[in-house]
Amino acid sequence: MQENAVAGSPVWRSVKAVLTHVLLMFGAIIMILPLYWMVATSLKTYPETLAYPPKFIPSIPQFINYVDAWYSQTHFARYFYNSFYVTIVTMVTEVIMTIFASYAFARMKFLGKNILFGLFLSTMMIPGEVLLVPNFITITKLNWYNTYAAMIVPFTVSVFAIFLLRQHFLQIPFELQEAAYLDGAGHTRFLFQIMLPLSRPPIATIALLKFIGSWNAFLWPLLVTQSAELRTVPIGLMSLMQDEGLKYHIWMASATLAMIPVLVVFLAAQKQFLESVAKSGLKG
Amino acid sequence: MKFGATLGKWLDMPVGTTRWTWRKFWADTSLAYLFLLPSLAVIGLFSLYPVVKAFTLSLTNYFSPRVPAEFVGFQNYREILQDPLFWKSVKNTAIYVVGTVPITILLALGIAMLLNRKIHLRAFYRLAYFVPYVTTAVAISMVWAWIFHDQWGLLNYMLGWFGIPAQKWLLEPKWTMFTICVLAVWKGLGYTVVLFLAGLQNMDRELMNAARIDGANENQVFRHITWPMLSPTTFFITITAVINSFKVFTELFVMYGGRPGPLREGITIVFYIYEKAWDDHVMGYASAAAYILFFMVLAVTVFQFWYARKRVHYS
Repeated sequence: MQENAVAGSPVWRSVKAVLTHVLLMFGAIIMILPLYWMVATSLKTYPETLAYPPKFIPSIPQFINYVDAWYSQTHFARYFYNSFYVTIVTMVTEVIMTIFASYAFARMKFLGKNILFGLFLSTMMIPGEVLLVPNFITITKLNWYNTYAAMIVPFTVSVFAIFLLRQHFLQIPFELQEAAYLDGAGHTRFLFQIMLPLSRPPIATIALLKFIGSWNAFLWPLLVTQSAELRTVPIGLMSLMQDEGLKYHIWMASATLAMIPVLVVFLAAQKQFLESVAKSGLKG
Repeated sequence: MKFGATLGKWLDMPVGTTRWTWRKFWADTSLAYLFLLPSLAVIGLFSLYPVVKAFTLSLTNYFSPRVPAEFVGFQNYREILQDPLFWKSVKNTAIYVVGTVPITILLALGIAMLLNRKIHLRAFYRLAYFVPYVTTAVAISMVWAWIFHDQWGLLNYMLGWFGIPAQKWLLEPKWTMFTICVLAVWKGLGYTVVLFLAGLQNMDRELMNAARIDGANENQVFRHITWPMLSPTTFFITITAVINSFKVFTELFVMYGGRPGPLREGITIVFYIYEKAWDDHVMGYASAAAYILFFMVLAVTVFQFWYARKRVHYS
């Protein structure tokens, strides 16, 4: 009775449900279509890519295109190695540094805490692109131009990640800390034995965010590297686009290859990840 | 002792803090700084110092570490403000902000409201809308360049179903900002949907149901309850979306093969900075342009905070 007053008659309710699905499905198809088109094109023959009207399903999937894409650029394997190296080192370093910084801000009393935290937060208001020139000069002065360090070190701190983990640390009951203290555990032991096991989800999210951001990074790695031996996948792709002329099936195979790592990592952790993204907005 | 008491009050220490707790406090302070040292070093070197450095650079004619830079005062700023190309980049960036932020927010809010009920396939929809957000910008810009292709592109083919003639999306300057906006809305929509959905699910449903029982229709419920209660989420999304859209660069750079659109008509502010610093090597000048960008973002953000003062309701 009351349900009906709120949601309307059963007929209207099912009409609404169908309409909702039609709208949502239409939107979802549009969202997925470019990715589908990328994979579909990557499996076509060259003449098939130029067919009109275009074919939505390749007649015989040409998996060989992926082999061609891999070898079209002699450095593709190297680009993948570099991307993985930069991404994983950045991610691991960031996670470790974030854990310590968040713990200090969440659980310790110290001189200058509020000033420092304010200083950290204020950097979130600065668009990173504004700092490109001075940071580039710093990198050259440090003799880091064309090194892995140039691509890694500036990205090992994310104030957003520190903020996220600090929020989580603040929610863990303070009684635990007192109990641990009475048992003779100091901050470091408390952090490693009690806080960390309770904080796996936010730490995983922070790591995932960094993995995606680092793998996809383009402008900065482009500016601070020069030799092909150091370049990452996105930059290799960009140069492929300038070299290869009009071979769209090879482009799309390369684009698919470039995206596989982030897509796999994202799909494996998507539920957890989407929940954390949702939470980050609520706190803002 | 007097100093200790004042410091204790300022630091929120318990009244009657003993010598022993003070000792612990100082021990904690040193440990905390040890914990923070790595982060502090990176932030200091790559976020705080460059803010100052960019400003001092912007007052010089710096172009290479080997050539001593001369102080030129506000000359760079004067030149930039008189450069028609700079104003074109400001105009294009503004078009991009206006062409992406409101549409993304409206679409995302609509989708989030459709998803905010018990429906089948909800997890699938959420995932489908979100996937574009994690795609690699360079790779996906190549895909869109292929979709926008004037002869063999998917878009022209599909528009043909509705009798719309083929357009030269990537070759005619009038379409440049449009193509970038389409890509940006597609890529950023899912992120905004997830944030709105979280905001909607975090709301107290009792209030809405009570209003409905009292005879309020869906429009009234939305206008008087949902929308005001959602305002903190909307505000957060708008602020971050605007700041992010001022930085548009990569999609443009890749889709147009390293050029700012056909006939350079699609140049944006970050592209302008990039060209000045890395093509023309006038880094002092580029820093001045970066500082102007910084102040524009700051001004827009401050304006939004001011505008939101009475319109955002934190419960």
